[in-house]
Amino acid sequence: MTTANILLNVNSIEVIYNHVILVLKGVSLSVPEGNIVALLGGNGAGKTTTLRAVSNLLHGERGEVTKGSIECRGERIEALTPADLVKRGVVQVMEGRHCFGHLTIEENLMTGSYTRTDGKAAVAQTLEKVYNYFPRLKTRRTSQAAYTSGGEQQMCAIGRALMANPTMVLLDEPSMGLAPQIVDEVFGIVKDLNQREKVTFLLAEQNTNMALRYADFGYILENGRVVMEGAASDLANNEDVKEFYLGISSGERKSFREAKHYRRRKRWLA
Amino acid sequence: MFYRENGQFKTSYKADQQVFAIPQDRWAIFALVVFAFVGVPMLVDEYMFRAILVPFLILSLAALGVNILVGYCGQITLGAGASMAVGAYAAYNFLIRVDGMPALAAILLGGLMAAAVGIVFGVPSLRVRGLYLAVATLAAQFFCDWAFLRIKWFTNNASSGSVSVADISLFGWTISSPTDKYLFCLGILVVFSVMAKNLVRGNMGRQWMAIRDMDVAATVIGIRPMYSKLTAFAVSSFYLGVAGALWGFVNLGSWEPAAFSIDRSLQLLFMVIIGGMGAISGSFFGAAFIVILPIFLNQMLPLVGSLLGLQVSIALVSHVEFIIFGSLIVFFLIVEPHGIARLWATGREKLRLWPFPH
Amino acid sequence: MAFFLETLLGGLMSGMLYSLVALGFVLIFKASGVFNFAQGAMVLFAALAMARFSEWIPAWLGMENLFVANLLAFVVAVAIMFVVAWLIERLALRHLVNQDGATLLMATLGIAYVLDGIGQTIFGSDIYKIDVGMPKEPVMMLESVFEGGILINKEDFIAALIAALLVISLSIFFQKTATGRALRAVADDHQAAQSIGIPLDRIWVIVWCVAGITALVAGIIWGSKLGVQFSLSTIALRALPVVILGGLTSVPGAIIGGLIIGVGEKLSEVYLGPFVGGGIEIWFAYMLALVFLLFRPQGLFGEKIIDRV
Repeated sequence: MTTANILLNVNSIEVIYNHVILVLKGVSLSVPEGNIVALLGGNGAGKTTTLRAVSNLLHGERGEVTKGSIECRGERIEALTPADLVKRGVVQVMEGRHCFGHLTIEENLMTGSYTRTDGKAAVAQTLEKVYNYFPRLKTRRTSQAAYTSGGEQQMCAIGRALMANPTMVLLDEPSMGLAPQIVDEVFGIVKDLNQREKVTFLLAEQNTNMALRYADFGYILENGRVVMEGAASDLANNEDVKEFYLGISSGERKSFREAKHYRRRKRWLA
Repeated sequence: MFYRENGQFKTSYKADQQVFAIPQDRWAIFALVVFAFVGVPMLVDEYMFRAILVPFLILSLAALGVNILVGYCGQITLGAGASMAVGAYAAYNFLIRVDGMPALAAILLGGLMAAAVGIVFGVPSLRVRGLYLAVATLAAQFFCDWAFLRIKWFTNNASSGSVSVADISLFGWTISSPTDKYLFCLGILVVFSVMAKNLVRGNMGRQWMAIRDMDVAATVIGIRPMYSKLTAFAVSSFYLGVAGALWGFVNLGSWEPAAFSIDRSLQLLFMVIIGGMGAISGSFFGAAFIVILPIFLNQMLPLVGSLLGLQVSIALVSHVEFIIFGSLIVFFLIVEPHGIARLWATGREKLRLWPFPH
Repeated sequence: MAFFLETLLGGLMSGMLYSLVALGFVLIFKASGVFNFAQGAMVLFAALAMARFSEWIPAWLGMENLFVANLLAFVVAVAIMFVVAWLIERLALRHLVNQDGATLLMATLGIAYVLDGIGQTIFGSDIYKIDVGMPKEPVMMLESVFEGGILINKEDFIAALIAALLVISLSIFFQKTATGRALRAVADDHQAAQSIGIPLDRIWVIVWCVAGITALVAGIIWGSKLGVQFSLSTIALRALPVVILGGLTSVPGAIIGGLIIGVGEKLSEVYLGPFVGGGIEIWFAYMLALVFLLFRPQGLFGEKIIDRV
């Protein structure tokens, strides 16, 4: 990877939940400024935990980072509160959207600007910008968030994060429970934001196909370890990735009896 | 090292579904029960029985009842004391108004009556949920407080408002000494615990837990919320009613409505939450904690005070007791919001790995 | 008719007093999703602080002026409530982020015990007076309309005014300010609020502090009526039906609920009580609230409970 501006650096972190459950077994990754980096992997691979470790939200889930370090622009950030982190420009969009159900869409967006100190006019400008990216939100601005559709809630969650004027967004499973068309729309906007607003994204995603299409760089997690990393295009062309994550295989259907497949798969899971 | 499951293979579903699937657990529990029946009566003195063991057993039973409703079915109740009161007064009335009524039958009938009342007061749970329900159950609590105080029929027109029951007997065994009381309560508790354990791991328990975890989803897969909520109220109130009757008949002998006030309800809820919601063993842990702690503090504080050379007044002791009790509760909730039972389970997990973590 | 109106008015006034306590509940619930059982203990604690300092301060400073003494005591009491709020956040709430309602409720019960204990250890456990110079003499009203007119307490009237003022300002605070919006967001979802940078610790200190001040106001008014004693902490139980009737999340609901409960209690006690042996006030309030709940499970003005699976 180019040594350009590394925005976020995660050094072999280990995360333990509830003092007994070891989830991350030494994950390292780095996110260069202005990139979209994808974290891929199956269920329980540790994607969400990695993001939570970065954004310091593990505490509420009784998890803690026991080893390793996390740096943002060279500054250690493990001990900061999530609020401090947002002030430094790192915001997480949580898995499953988590909109404030009783607040209207606009109120939801406005809560995102809580940490802003640059005045009302600037906030109003950002709000306008968010509405430009998500015109749907503008039409639903006065309805309570709990009554909007899943896609609108996801957009609301992303928009809410943008209201903090972040340099980096940790985006957790934006495609969860959304129709393919909406997923396309959401990813399109993410790419747009990345290119026009220079927002860096760290993206955890199940939808490997979609993620690799839009990301610059990818990490594949299995069982709490990084098993493969590389430029998104390289990953997308890798035979193993194609077979195990994209569901494309070179020839006819494979059977688990074939030892070759089994050995290859095993290399991933060990 | 000692607590290993390696090499224990289960070859049938039945073996896998046992209450204590691991032989170590099975033997430990068996040994504990035998010790409770045989060993304890030989070891402890009367004061221990009266002040700690009998209250502990009865309150464990009550906590079981609350746990069924709060821990398994997810309906928070602040009216547990009311169910106990109904059980106690109903049992009392059965005993004195029906000739030749055996005490044990009166106690069980008291439990049934409490179950009936519990169903009535459970009806709001069909509409009202969560904390709103918790406050709504206070209606039951205050209504019962009032009814047993003001309606003279319940107390057989006793002028002082308190009722009393002579020593009860069971098939010719008069339960009068503290040891007798202990054994009687222990017997009932063991039977009821086994019943509860089997109830919650059966179909009924699964329905309750489904309602607790997400009632809308449970309804969608065909669980009738009315049926499962009301059965939870009924079963829970039955346990509480029996516990209330025991509390009155065996532990107190004579009592007033104040014995089952809101404080009792809160105390029971404390037991369940500190002990562990949704865990049968949690009820015992919680009851032990709540029963022993105040006694312990009461004994310890003057001692500590005299060591430090301070004159400790009774009022101060009670205030400090309040402070320590409250802080310990908060402390426990912080350390393990899922209660001592979860702490215990975590400890066991660690023991399985010990001495090689991860 | 005059008697009925007098009862009605008496109910309205005592309802206002319930509302004051209920407000504290609503504030904390609305802003953190915590059902604060310690509100009663906070009322007692604040009232004790106020009562004792208004005694101690003149003794220390050797002055006579009642008004200045009360003012100083009030300031000190506010400061104390701030410290209490800060300690509660530091020692308890901070570690309980993202726990469910029942756990938080239990934690506040624990806090209530601690506050009761500490309050009585520091300030003593006798009955104390608060004298803020509220006029106690009754006033006759509407003498022209009815023969004999209606008797009401001036004190009650002032209390009602203060309560109304508090409610109006708090409603505006919640609906119109950025902090108010952040508070509502926290109540909906602790973690999501954290994730977008709302500092939970500061929010909680703010809201417990405001609730503490409400408790102080309630404590002063109740205390000057009934004297400051341990039983003051049980008025929380009297205010609970008010809260659920009005809706746990509604500031105006606390007032309307208080009025309904106050009136219902008084009327039932006077007209229904004699038939069933009296003393029905407490459970009648709960039953009344329960009946309302059956029709509106979220209380009269509470935010609709929204479920999506």
